[in-house]
Amino acid sequence: MKNEINAGSMADIAFLLLIFFLVTTTIDIDKGITVKLPPWSDEAPEITRLKTRNVFSVLVNAQDLLLVRGEIANIDELRENAKEFIANPQKREDLAEKPTRAIISLKNDRGTSYRRYVEVYNELKAAYNELWDEECQRLYGIPYDEDLPLAYRRAIKEKIPFVLSEAEPTAFGEEN
Amino acid sequence: MAHFVKKRGKSKPAISTASLPDIIFMLLFFFMVVTVLREGERKVRVVVPQATELQKLEQKSLVNHIWIGRPIEKFQSTYGSKPRIQLGDKFANEYDIPLFLEQHKIKVPEVQRPRITTSLKVDGDVTMGIVSDVKTSLRKAGQLKLNYSARPRQDNL
Repeated sequence: MKNEINAGSMADIAFLLLIFFLVTTTIDIDKGITVKLPPWSDEAPEITRLKTRNVFSVLVNAQDLLLVRGEIANIDELRENAKEFIANPQKREDLAEKPTRAIISLKNDRGTSYRRYVEVYNELKAAYNELWDEECQRLYGIPYDEDLPLAYRRAIKEKIPFVLSEAEPTAFGEEN
Repeated sequence: MAHFVKKRGKSKPAISTASLPDIIFMLLFFFMVVTVLREGERKVRVVVPQATELQKLEQKSLVNHIWIGRPIEKFQSTYGSKPRIQLGDKFANEYDIPLFLEQHKIKVPEVQRPRITTSLKVDGDVTMGIVSDVKTSLRKAGQLKLNYSARPRQDNL
């Protein structure tokens, strides 16, 4: 008779545990749109006059409809329009003087759905991302991504800064 | 030739399974390390919207979560069906946020505190009113790094 514990069932036990962890595991990578909020200040903001050509106003109402620079717009066109506005390749009179002067102003109602808000924000962010990518390809010949050296990223963001100003939402269509 | 046949007849072709438990244990430990057991119960229903410009949240210990959505059916009789905020495992109001942030902050080493990010997990059908209130509260508390949690969009690939 051998003086040994039979280790044959060890694998079965380990399998059971393994299957338990396999089932309970949720490998969910947390992803999302990163945003930097402006610091809070109790004083009323200084009113600065901006040239209308430098402002790209986006309004989203409680019915989730868009008003871009005073005209009803479709979300599918928002990205291209924003890109053209910021870069202004044809040097048009009614678009931004240069990317550093461009300001995107976003305003929504309290009744706007979060889904639509994120969609709009996503499109505006995408416009900047595409411009950064183009600039990066032009300057360094590599695509723009998170692994880019900080100095490169700084240089690009200095040329095309991300300026998105969010106004206090208007109190329409709040659900009860 | 005969030499080979003779040899094959003699040996017992059994694969040793002695290392099988070790292999399984290795897999087991991998999954044990990777597993994040859900912290607390989800009391609001949240289906985050879809987006394309996503960024990963790197360090889990530097992230705190704020959930906004309608209470799940079990709690609708007590809390109603209006969208509510969930902090940790409790229903909360926007004025509870500073304390919640502070409680998370003290667990983080001081050097890393400026890198704390708040992940907003908001249901797509919620209106912006409550989200704006939360954002105002975060700004007042000085928590400016924010992440609108979203799923990658499938149809755009």
